[in-house]
Amino acid sequence: MAKTLTEKILDSKAPGVQAGDIIAVDLDLIFCQDTTGPLVVRQFQESGFTEIAKPGNTVFFLDHAVPSPNKELSNDHILLHQFVQKAGCMIAREGDGVCHQLVAELFAKPGDIIIGSDSHTVTAGALGAFATGMGSTDVAIGMALGKTWFRVPESFLINMEGSFTKMVTGKDLILYLIGKIGADGATYKALEFSGEALGLMTMSQRLSISNMAVEAGAKVGLFPSDEVTRKFLEEQGRGSDYRPLFANPDANYERIYSINLGYVEPMVSFPHVVDNAFPVGEAKGIKIQQVFIGTCTNGRLEDIAIAASILKGKKSHPETRLLVCPASRKVLMDAIGLGYISTFIEAGAVVLPPGCAACLGLHQGVLGDGESCLSTANRNFKGRMGNAEAFIYLASPATAAASAIRGEITDPREMM
Amino acid sequence: MKVLKGRALKAGDNVSTDHIIPGRYAHLRSNLPELVKYAMEDAIPDFASRVREGDFLVGGNNFGLGSSREHAPIVIKMSGISAILTKSVARIFYRNAINQGIPVLICNTDEINDNDELEVDLDKGTVTNLTRDNEISLQKVPPFMLAILEEGGLLPYIKKYKGFIVPAK
Ligand code: SF4
Repeated sequence: MAKTLTEKILDSKAPGVQAGDIIAVDLDLIFCQDTTGPLVVRQFQESGFTEIAKPGNTVFFLDHAVPSPNKELSNDHILLHQFVQKAGCMIAREGDGVCHQLVAELFAKPGDIIIGSDSHTVTAGALGAFATGMGSTDVAIGMALGKTWFRVPESFLINMEGSFTKMVTGKDLILYLIGKIGADGATYKALEFSGEALGLMTMSQRLSISNMAVEAGAKVGLFPSDEVTRKFLEEQGRGSDYRPLFANPDANYERIYSINLGYVEPMVSFPHVVDNAFPVGEAKGIKIQQVFIGTCTNGRLEDIAIAASILKGKKSHPETRLLVCPASRKVLMDAIGLGYISTFIEAGAVVLPPGCAACLGLHQGVLGDGESCLSTANRNFKGRMGNAEAFIYLASPATAAASAIRGEITDPREMM
Repeated sequence: MKVLKGRALKAGDNVSTDHIIPGRYAHLRSNLPELVKYAMEDAIPDFASRVREGDFLVGGNNFGLGSSREHAPIVIKMSGISAILTKSVARIFYRNAINQGIPVLICNTDEINDNDELEVDLDKGTVTNLTRDNEISLQKVPPFMLAILEEGGLLPYIKKYKGFIVPAK
């Protein structure tokens, strides 16, 4: 029977599956991070299990609150270190980077089944991995059993044609799509991205797109595994992890959306919901007190490069703070090597250590009352950046860099 | 299961996990009795002072969207809420709530106002609005999730069954 990409991946673990089935499957990677991890540890300890099933496939990432901003979170970090040592699993430490970026660089491979106690676990879908976020109890039990359960989702096909115009990227595409289908437009569904334009879509862009699949409510955001995947894995020194993986051409999709990339403009999502997305022209001139470039959505080298190309030789606006946070140690090192970090520092930016930084409102860029921020992150919910009296706009790194120069939301095509 | 009776505390559409328990309180996640004081703060500012044991939290579309933080259903449950009634619910939150043993019941909540007295009959699958004298039907909880809920959550379920009892194909 013809299978969607979702069915194909799950079928290799639970033969004969179809959308709607409930299955228990073996996991290839199980992970948590430092704000959901302490509860994972406690639930694991409560569960009655004493050993984790797959120490070699279990990772704790310290990324959300690093270096720790207060003693409570420092104590949480101690708890995680102690657990990891006893369990014999892996840990990524402060400064290594955001979990989803590290999962892409180091672990995820086509056909994997991955769970993480972080909603943006969907990011690894860009590599053809069935990767989804769950809560701490599900992840604790995943660690205990090496398995979890799923309801096999129905799929929506996002058929991409044409090519992006200048200064338009994967971030704009996913904001456009979420604006179109709504923040609950794909709840429980798998989004599968494919079409003629697939080969043009870099891994960096794919990761941004898959990352935000959850902002449309989706369970996974999958890309087929193709030459782009192979090249990316080779660049990470993991060429042997590659295998091609595509949906069958006549697979059964619940819905099909076609998008011509040539018609997508730079997009801005207005406060306080992600589907409040409009072409940048609608936001033009909105004053912003902070610009944040980074996160698991847009902190990769390609993002840093486009921002640096716009900021080169320029200064950020005197009334706008510019924060730049590379998504991993590797991204930071590469960005140093290519001179991008000097560009940011000369432009007046604060460069933050790899991690989640200002994204979730804990530290390193909490907004003041009435302030507005243009962020390259994935969420603009009220209170997200630490203050319910502040406003968050979401956009691409190009739009963010252009806006930092003018101190107001700016179409990056005006900077070409 | 049983009949639940209580008062509705109504929130709007798109109540995210950031509204339910903002990231700015992440340092309290290992101190749940303290964390619960801030439950729902950015969605219903007077929630903590109003909520009573047995109340229902009533949402609109896409309740619980956003992060995977299980602390969201945990603080809702700890604050005394007996069930969440909502038009639709985000996937991760739904699973987390069931894992914590708190029912999330899907129904048309348009007809429920803040402070209405409700009676929820889980077996019959109905909500009776005692204040407005009408009845709303509930969507069925999928049997696999119901089994977890009936054990009181995922931990008791796993302790009992030592794994997942999935339906045979
Ligand atoms: S960067 Fe932001 S969205 Fe990504 S994992 Fe960290 S807190 Fe979550």
